[in-house]
Amino acid sequence: MSQHVVATVDEIPPGECKIVTVKGREIGIFNVNQEFYALINRCPHQGAPLCRGAILSRLEAPSPGDYRLTRHGEMLRCPWHCWEFDIKTGQSWCDPDSVHARTYEIVVEPGETLAKGPFAAETVPIAVERDYLVITV
Amino acid sequence: MNVTVLDRKPETINQSFTGFIDCDVHPFYKSPAEFDAFLPERWREHRRTIGGRTRQGLSKASNYPRMSPGNGQRMDAWPPDGSHPGSDLPFMQEQLLDLFNVAYGLLAPLVGGAGGERNVEFGAAMATAVNEWQLARWCDPDPRLKASVQINIEHQEAAIEEIEKRAGDRRFVQVQVPPRGLEPLGRRRYWPILEACAANGFPISLHLGGTSGHPSTGGGWPSFYHEEHPSYVQTMQTLVTSLVCEGVFERIPNLKIVLVEGGFAWLPALCWRLDKHWKKLRAEVPFLRQKPSEYVKQHIWVTTQPIEEPERPQDMLSTLEWIGIDRVMFSTDYPHWDQDDPRYAFKVPLPEAWKRRIYTDNARELYGLD
Repeated sequence: MSQHVVATVDEIPPGECKIVTVKGREIGIFNVNQEFYALINRCPHQGAPLCRGAILSRLEAPSPGDYRLTRHGEMLRCPWHCWEFDIKTGQSWCDPDSVHARTYEIVVEPGETLAKGPFAAETVPIAVERDYLVITV
Repeated sequence: MNVTVLDRKPETINQSFTGFIDCDVHPFYKSPAEFDAFLPERWREHRRTIGGRTRQGLSKASNYPRMSPGNGQRMDAWPPDGSHPGSDLPFMQEQLLDLFNVAYGLLAPLVGGAGGERNVEFGAAMATAVNEWQLARWCDPDPRLKASVQINIEHQEAAIEEIEKRAGDRRFVQVQVPPRGLEPLGRRRYWPILEACAANGFPISLHLGGTSGHPSTGGGWPSFYHEEHPSYVQTMQTLVTSLVCEGVFERIPNLKIVLVEGGFAWLPALCWRLDKHWKKLRAEVPFLRQKPSEYVKQHIWVTTQPIEEPERPQDMLSTLEWIGIDRVMFSTDYPHWDQDDPRYAFKVPLPEAWKRRIYTDNARELYGLD
């Protein structure tokens, strides 16, 4: 496992996703209401680029005709077959016990910390006054 | 350690999933005016100023709009220039034909509206135009792509003329008929067209979609696309039953029918039921000289997408055996939202010999491809 600086905090606005490649793996970095989450860009169903799907709320209906939108912007719908996943946990809506999209640990680190290492700034230039997203892969 | 953000890297595909024949590929236009080049002036003006007369109330929307953008497109299938999925050959090559080194892709155009047009003269003109368009836009630039002859089945004379015109042109491999017709396909009024297909060596491809104007289920109009999608199965069951029970396969022994995008796991159960009834009711259809299931085995082929995903994945193997390993052909349905990826469609490993048949040999033999 190693840690990788993938973006500045302010380059992914709430409700959006940035797809990065780390160790040959495509990973989507999501900003859900100023909290950050990382999911593999691969649907466990048929391998679609999952993180290019629509970001939605969770639509629930305790009974027919009784609709409730909850958890705004926390669900991801696959761009192929519309399977839905919880961005925060990778859990699928259709088979939550056994079908998951892989998640990665992601943290916000101040540039000041990163500048001291062990992270070497190669392509995302590190400025001490900014905050960065660091994922563990 | 820092990270480089890259574009999606070209994938390396396991060779056992390359080189297949894709029995369902959907080409689209960048503009409907593309058809004008292949329409006579009289119909060009008609297309521009009057347009299609469909069998449904909404001429420019489907009865059951899909959830995915573009009325049911794969969200990553928009070409870089922003044009409609399926409208750009280089992008289709990148996402499908070259990526998987597809041996042949069978085009199933769902554009032009020829098949369901109520003004049958216009429908016939559009059928000819879409046929020419397939050649010019797709088959000639990439000979891996094979065309499906479009006809308007309600204009018998023009349909037969079109079939005969395309016979012998190896760029066309089959005749495409919308399965939701005004009457079930086995009815006698369609026999001359069915005979023309068989006589000219064309299997008939029944690709789901569209509407006949009748409710899409036997029980009335459904509320949701979730109900509409499985109703394709009912349509296919109706057509198989009609073709068998009307005696079409007795009358036209070399007729070959391909069911596209209607699923397939239901077919064995339908055959069991038809056989059961045949034993009891055969006096009504004494021209059926063998069990319905025998006709199905001899005359019907199915394509895989949208593939069934049984609760116990290994049940797929029994299902394939019941239908016949030599009757199932792989299809992606690119670039639609419910398309199947050749690597992951089957949730159970297939024996190598089955895989060869399903992914290539069955289509190769049926369509006489190299």
